Amino acid sequence: MPEQKVVEAEHLLLEAPRERKFITGSQAFAEAVKRANVDIAIAYPITPQSETMHLVGDLYAQGYLKDYYRAEEEYGAMSAIAGAVRGGARAFTATSGPGLLRGLEAIVSWPGHRIPAVLGVMTRVVNAPLSIQPDNVELAYLLHSGLVVLHAENQQDVFDFTLAGFPISEKVDVYLPVVVATEGFFVTHAKGYVDLPPEDMKLPPRDPYKAPVPPTDCEIPPARIQRDAPVQKSNFMSYLIHAVWQQEIWSANERARKWIKHYIGGLIEVVNPDAEVFIVASGCAAAQGREAQRYSELEGLNVGLVKVKSLRPFPVQELRDTLKNAKAVIVPEHNIVGWLAKEVKAAIPNSGIVVDGPKVYGGMTLPVELIMEEVYKAFGIKKEKKTLV
Amino acid sequence: MGLEYVKISPGFEKYMPRDYVDLVEYGQFGKELDVMQMGQFKELVEEHPMCAGCYMAYFIRVFYAALPKPEDTIVLGTAGCARLALSQAAVPFIYGNYGDTNAVASGLKRALSIRFPDKDKDVVVMAGDGGLMDIGFGMTMHSWFRREKFTTIMVDNEVYGNTGGQESGMSPKGIQLKMAPTGKKFDKINAVELAQTAGCVYVARISPTNPKRIAKVIRRAILAARKFGPTFIHAYTSCNIEYSIPTREVLADARQREKKDFKFYEWMTDEVKEYFNEIEKKAKEVKS
Repeated sequence: MPEQKVVEAEHLLLEAPRERKFITGSQAFAEAVKRANVDIAIAYPITPQSETMHLVGDLYAQGYLKDYYRAEEEYGAMSAIAGAVRGGARAFTATSGPGLLRGLEAIVSWPGHRIPAVLGVMTRVVNAPLSIQPDNVELAYLLHSGLVVLHAENQQDVFDFTLAGFPISEKVDVYLPVVVATEGFFVTHAKGYVDLPPEDMKLPPRDPYKAPVPPTDCEIPPARIQRDAPVQKSNFMSYLIHAVWQQEIWSANERARKWIKHYIGGLIEVVNPDAEVFIVASGCAAAQGREAQRYSELEGLNVGLVKVKSLRPFPVQELRDTLKNAKAVIVPEHNIVGWLAKEVKAAIPNSGIVVDGPKVYGGMTLPVELIMEEVYKAFGIKKEKKTLV
Repeated sequence: MGLEYVKISPGFEKYMPRDYVDLVEYGQFGKELDVMQMGQFKELVEEHPMCAGCYMAYFIRVFYAALPKPEDTIVLGTAGCARLALSQAAVPFIYGNYGDTNAVASGLKRALSIRFPDKDKDVVVMAGDGGLMDIGFGMTMHSWFRREKFTTIMVDNEVYGNTGGQESGMSPKGIQLKMAPTGKKFDKINAVELAQTAGCVYVARISPTNPKRIAKVIRRAILAARKFGPTFIHAYTSCNIEYSIPTREVLADARQREKKDFKFYEWMTDEVKEYFNEIEKKAKEVKS
């Protein structure tokens, strides 16, 4: 491994020269970890995540990380991440679908324990019957837990969001875990162009004392969040203490907005802001939405794209502003429940303009034609369906 | 740093609570006190909400008095009775989620080893039979398989006491408890044998009738974990409520069990034995 020089996150993410590589999403995760000055990574195999943590294991073998091990299962892995971060280390792990749900009890307690860590989520079907294919219904479970949740469209996003995830999560006014989600296989196992900063640079190490909740390391009086008897009792004070703690977690989540803007350029990206019809999408669906927007432009239809980069905090005001003159909003998704459409409907005053779909699930791809059908409908254009023989 | 963080900053002595001042001036921090002097020094845990006559509360009191380096110790617990007292002690305590103690301790100990490679930071899990042998079984076993360097103490009251008296894997066969309405169908899990097989370097089973012996076992388990690997203590800490043991009979019950299935048992690897011989010999020399 090359000798790595510590540089500020701003330099590494925003200023350093970049070189273009053609790599998979899994490699993009690992390239981010390589430059993130991570102390410990804890792995547990599940498809399609495994490759990422293999690559992170290789980084450990090369000396980029100080510790790495394969845990007993995801609940153990996620609990050990909590232990390592409370001990002052910078930690990374990743999982997929059923693994995420197995680790969920631990993961959703991270915000309450104030655990700044980065969790990669490579989405996968979670329901029976068994399937290893991409489907992002699992992200719905993460939206109400206080975590910061970023959704990557492609390999470049995976790299940028993961690397930015560490400074965002460790900001004193945030101090929450950051999830970087992307679609399994479509992004993790496919190659794309990624502009990478030099590998002889890394983030400054974590300073666990720059924290709203100090580490438990016997160097500083600890935060004893289970200490006070009222927290464990059934009386008004205990309810109040818990309520205040929850409020603070969601306030911290809100405060992540400015850092998301700072490091990854905003909670949303807008293509053609003066459009009549918008496609609003996140993750891989945004890549297909981008294509549909391009098709529409070629056909002379005034269609725009809103890519939602941050699911939590959710870009409520940004969506209201962007969609205020839209006559229809199409929300393509890789899941059956349509969680993003629900979020968009709840965010804007005129939710009747939101088209809940097209939705694909169970591992299906999202053909641009499916989105175009909704675009034509929105413009009142009748097209004959082509049948391929 | 250890000692530094417990000390009171100059000028603040008169503003700190009396209890804390006593803890620093007359407590265990930075000293090696004999457990038989309990009552003559300020203890790390005093007030707790555990039941009258609870033998687990007694064991926890002795546990804290026996810590070799309380200012550099972190205790982890999980749901159950023990954490009610553990969370009140003047030693950092982590309560995570259900049965996760040995996974959290693995991450914590590794982080402390990365950050403080030259310092002893003792990590001790104290959890119940349900936490370690039922819900957290996989994590307990795997922390041992991985040879994680921390101590696990199972305070075995043979029941889920805190949730209202349900059967646990450590309850004796045949006993009628909640969720075992017709009596428990299988034997008490042999935790000591499992610990030895799984790679613990020091294992002890104890019915806490003799404070000096409790202290010795705890000290040994912590010292061995620092240098060699996982250590395990299986302590009988009866539940006088669910097992209807009259308060004045609690010690007698512990003595009775000591004669039966909780006979004192101590096992360690040869290198641990050699290490103790060495340090205990040195300690005797210093004394004489």
